Amino acid sequence: MELICICCPLGCRVSIEKTADGFNVSGNTCPRGKDYAISELTAPVRMVTSSVPVTGSMDKTVSLKTDKPIAKELIFKSLETLKGVVAKAPVKEGEVIVANVLGTDVNFVATREIEAI
Amino acid sequence: MENRNIVIIGGGPAGLAAAMGAYDAGERDILILEREPKLGGILNQCIHNGFGLHTFKEELTGPEYANRFIKEVKARNIEYKLGTTVISFDENKVVTAVNDKDGLIKIQAKAVILCCGCRERPRGGINIAGCRSAGIFSAGTAQKLVNMEGLMPGKEIVILGSGDIGLIMARRMTFEGAKVKAVVELMPYSSGLNRNIVQCLNDFDIPLMFSYTVVDIKGEGRVSSVVIAEVDERLNPKMETAQEIPCDTLLLSVGLIPENELAKQAGINLSTITSGAEVNDRMMTSIEGVFECGNVLHVHDLVDFVSEESVLAGKCAASYVKNGFTTNGSTKIDTFGGVRYCVPQFVEHNDDYTPFPLKMRVANVFKNIWIKVYADGVEVAKKRKQISTPGEMETINLKKEQVEMLRNAKEIKVGIEEVNK
Repeated sequence: MELICICCPLGCRVSIEKTADGFNVSGNTCPRGKDYAISELTAPVRMVTSSVPVTGSMDKTVSLKTDKPIAKELIFKSLETLKGVVAKAPVKEGEVIVANVLGTDVNFVATREIEAI
Repeated sequence: MENRNIVIIGGGPAGLAAAMGAYDAGERDILILEREPKLGGILNQCIHNGFGLHTFKEELTGPEYANRFIKEVKARNIEYKLGTTVISFDENKVVTAVNDKDGLIKIQAKAVILCCGCRERPRGGINIAGCRSAGIFSAGTAQKLVNMEGLMPGKEIVILGSGDIGLIMARRMTFEGAKVKAVVELMPYSSGLNRNIVQCLNDFDIPLMFSYTVVDIKGEGRVSSVVIAEVDERLNPKMETAQEIPCDTLLLSVGLIPENELAKQAGINLSTITSGAEVNDRMMTSIEGVFECGNVLHVHDLVDFVSEESVLAGKCAASYVKNGFTTNGSTKIDTFGGVRYCVPQFVEHNDDYTPFPLKMRVANVFKNIWIKVYADGVEVAKKRKQISTPGEMETINLKKEQVEMLRNAKEIKVGIEEVNK
């Protein structure tokens, strides 16, 4: 199976085959490519970024990311947990905005510093 | 009139890195002028991840990447003025700016670094026929609305152009509940990164249609549909292939135009290919003491490369303030065999052998090639590429001895040769 690695902007074309004792990966130019290919076939994950409104600041929104990748099939469900969430200034970069998304160990954290007025 | 050694116009990724480069080269009298109310430029609205792998070996979002540099600039106590728009600057390096605190400011600079970034190409830039309905946005404008203002530009979207901003916005709009019906690309290839096609389109089954374009926009008041058609090899639409897609929003991701209005005003020579200034190997424009770097010089794929280039420009500006600039003329770099442009455009004749990179883009998709650099017919450097596409900037980092070979050459050529030749 042919995949395009999404770990970095290089976008290596990686081949992966299932073997008796695991996977045979080729075409990757770094170890991350191998991990990516195996994860794509077993349990694909993605980073999710979004933003929520913020009050008490000149800024109107605070941008967020998952602090680690989340299962691909949970992307939309994880975004739904942001519905109705409003952050309050000040916000520090890295501050947890939604903890333990959908009962996982993944948190939505702020990626921007928000100053209070 | 205020006097400054270095004035940097623009406080985005290029301006921040240029300030650091100048400071770390020993310059202390630096002023950044930024028209937005905060530093960081366009990175502030690029909330997706994928920045900084090259520079920091970790994957950051745009605001996080910007913040790393903002912290560095603040740690060095480099001065900056926000909400400050430069309205003109001239060949004598007098910078005129306005803001609501100081009113009109005039600054005599010894060196100016232009870090003004790009604007997006608008609808008028590609002449799409049809209604002038509401609901037509450039992709970056939509990005600002969604990510900074918390507003949704529409619900049913067609995106024209498969550049990275278009791809990123396809995913972003999908995340916010919109339906992206298609991404339509005029060329037979995407100018965006492969990883973005995978994680922004394929992940969400958004169709990417190559060799298609928008031929009509319909809708009174608000966009109600767009008509797309396949194009032939000369990029002319084949009207028999036309199909109508109902939608309320059209996003345009059809290219970036370096914002060189100030440079033009000052009489700086611009390249007709990059739309940026023509610079020498010290990042200096045709006006002595005026430097340019980042996306205003030529559009980069990665912000990491903007930062790298801008640190160099900052260093060069600091060295200019300290030591001035000597040259015995210069040689223009010629391109051949499918290299569309090379930055820098000129190599000076002097004995400064500090290494510098050659950055270029190819005009087409090439497979199994050498990119070669010749000085007076002698091969100076080469790089093997399995595949090279117009969407990817190629860089050849010259070493000291290679720079030495280029320094006094009368003819410099950069181009593509097939392997086996």
